[in-house]
Amino acid sequence: MKIAVCLKRVPDTEMRFAIAADGTSLDSAGLKYDISDFDGYAVEIALRLNEQQGPGEVVVVALGPDALQETLRKALSMGVDRGIHLQADPVPYDGFSIAQALASELAGQGFDLILFGRVATDTGNGMVGPMTAHLMDLPCVTAISRLEIAAGKGTAHRELEGATETVTFPLPAILTIDEGIARPRLPSLKGIMAAKKKPIESRPAALGPVRLTVDRLELPPERAGGRIVGEGPDAVPELVRLLHEEAKVL
Amino acid sequence: MAFAGVDFYQMDGLLSEEERAVRDTVRAWVDEHLMPIIGDCYIEGRFPKQIIPGLAELGVLGANLPEEYGCAGLNNVAYGLIMQELERGDSGIRSFASVQGALVMYPIYSMGSEAQKKQWLPRLAAGQEIGCFGLTEPDYGSNPSGMITTAKETKDGWVLNGVKMWITNGSQATVSIIWAKTGAVDDPKSIRGFIVPTSTKGYAAKDQKGKLSLRASDTSEIHLEEVHLPKDAILPKSGGIKSPLSCLTQARYGISWGAIGAAMACYDEALQYSKQRVMFAKPIGATQIQQVRLADMLSEITKAQLLCLQLGRLKDAGTMTPQQVSLAKRNNVSMACDIAREARRLLGANGILAEYHSMRHMANLESVYTYEGTHDMHSLILGQEITGIAAF
Repeated sequence: MKIAVCLKRVPDTEMRFAIAADGTSLDSAGLKYDISDFDGYAVEIALRLNEQQGPGEVVVVALGPDALQETLRKALSMGVDRGIHLQADPVPYDGFSIAQALASELAGQGFDLILFGRVATDTGNGMVGPMTAHLMDLPCVTAISRLEIAAGKGTAHRELEGATETVTFPLPAILTIDEGIARPRLPSLKGIMAAKKKPIESRPAALGPVRLTVDRLELPPERAGGRIVGEGPDAVPELVRLLHEEAKVL
Repeated sequence: MAFAGVDFYQMDGLLSEEERAVRDTVRAWVDEHLMPIIGDCYIEGRFPKQIIPGLAELGVLGANLPEEYGCAGLNNVAYGLIMQELERGDSGIRSFASVQGALVMYPIYSMGSEAQKKQWLPRLAAGQEIGCFGLTEPDYGSNPSGMITTAKETKDGWVLNGVKMWITNGSQATVSIIWAKTGAVDDPKSIRGFIVPTSTKGYAAKDQKGKLSLRASDTSEIHLEEVHLPKDAILPKSGGIKSPLSCLTQARYGISWGAIGAAMACYDEALQYSKQRVMFAKPIGATQIQQVRLADMLSEITKAQLLCLQLGRLKDAGTMTPQQVSLAKRNNVSMACDIAREARRLLGANGILAEYHSMRHMANLESVYTYEGTHDMHSLILGQEITGIAAF
């Protein structure tokens, strides 16, 4: 199968964040970047589908500054065949603008599947996948936790609250991938060396108009220190009263 | 929480994209596969054999040797970073990889025939064969040219006799590189290397018991009693004490990097602990004595990183000298010993538990300080280099 995985370069979520002087973005000093978590699952499932189903091609596509190529290269070192870098610096916040760039890139290339992570770990909107599907007029299934492809048809499982939903769909299709579907592999050292020789095409992103902007970004307020209400069973009535009246959690 | 490394001087910017990718991959592998088990392995005194297929699949074994022999074909900086990350886990695991790559695969690669390379290197890279390196003897450690193991030529091959000691991977090895004198025992020029399958009759390995250091590593004594080998068991391009010493230069290069990993692990643990541990109503990291400790650790790690990076660049350029390796091995292992000890002290009573890593590193590093040329021997190698006069 010919599979595209659209991935996003995001700050490593284990780093400590600071807000930049402009008040609307993260201070990039000292930040490390990586493939967004859910996108990593999408890369893994794409590689596995082709390993199971015989030869095919997996292509990673992403928008971003030049430094994005290192992130694309990581996917290549996991086994992806080639990368497409759509130049955009900065990457707009407006998912519809991004979806337009992706749709115009992906249209007419004959992909059987186009995969996204369920949400990006930085913005957390989860919109670009479905919007791209709409623009390309393709069926879309979101937040997939299990996937089978056979005879030109797909079956996807979605975890709902207390239930699993099974959806069938024709190919080509756009899918967004939830965690747990397949743990992303570590690249092998040979894979890292091989990735140096794999192609990454780079061209300007055909972004749509940007209608959404971030006005302000702020860290949550510092949490106030705790308070000891009392000790032993005698303290319980007062604790219950405070939880009920002050904290309003009961 | 994943290990973030130590990079006070933005050394990442001096590394290539592949070098960083290799480092990050091995770092993630160590977090996932080694850290959860290493404490128990250490206490139980066993090498975690189950990690060998994973290490091989990752491409760690002989990673700086060419792809045509099934290796990853990395440069020496990337190779050094691998050693750093493995030793961040445990010196015994780094020792395993050092021996396999630098002391077994390297001599086959540099002194072996094409047939030997084709026969052994891909299987060693894949972890299908485990190797060990027999140079040191009970009475010949710092003075290996005095060895008394012999290889007598017969009409159809060789017969080896002798005893080797302190052999890492000795008991689990399937193949051993044995160094022996083919001439008189006072003729170090007659030292040659032999590829010895450990299943050969007369070959026996015995675990060395009672170790208080490198407990997650396999260390053995090897007995060679009338070990008959075919003619083609000899490494054709080996000759003289220089041959095994050239392997040690490779291994010591990796140790220089590995020591940084152990030091980083201890510094990181000490730093986290100093922020969390509250004593006298404030974190111990708020006290001057612990801040001095941490500042000293960070300074030494940063210097060692820059030292190794330049050493690696020289090695890749083909201009590195064994004396430069001596300086790095001596400096970095010594600083790692100091950092491990100070980290253990900062951890207070908790620091003696296997749940924390600093004391394990501290005990391991005493071996690393002693093997592959003791700290003192490297001082003398440097002394000779500086003055032109050998003091040993």
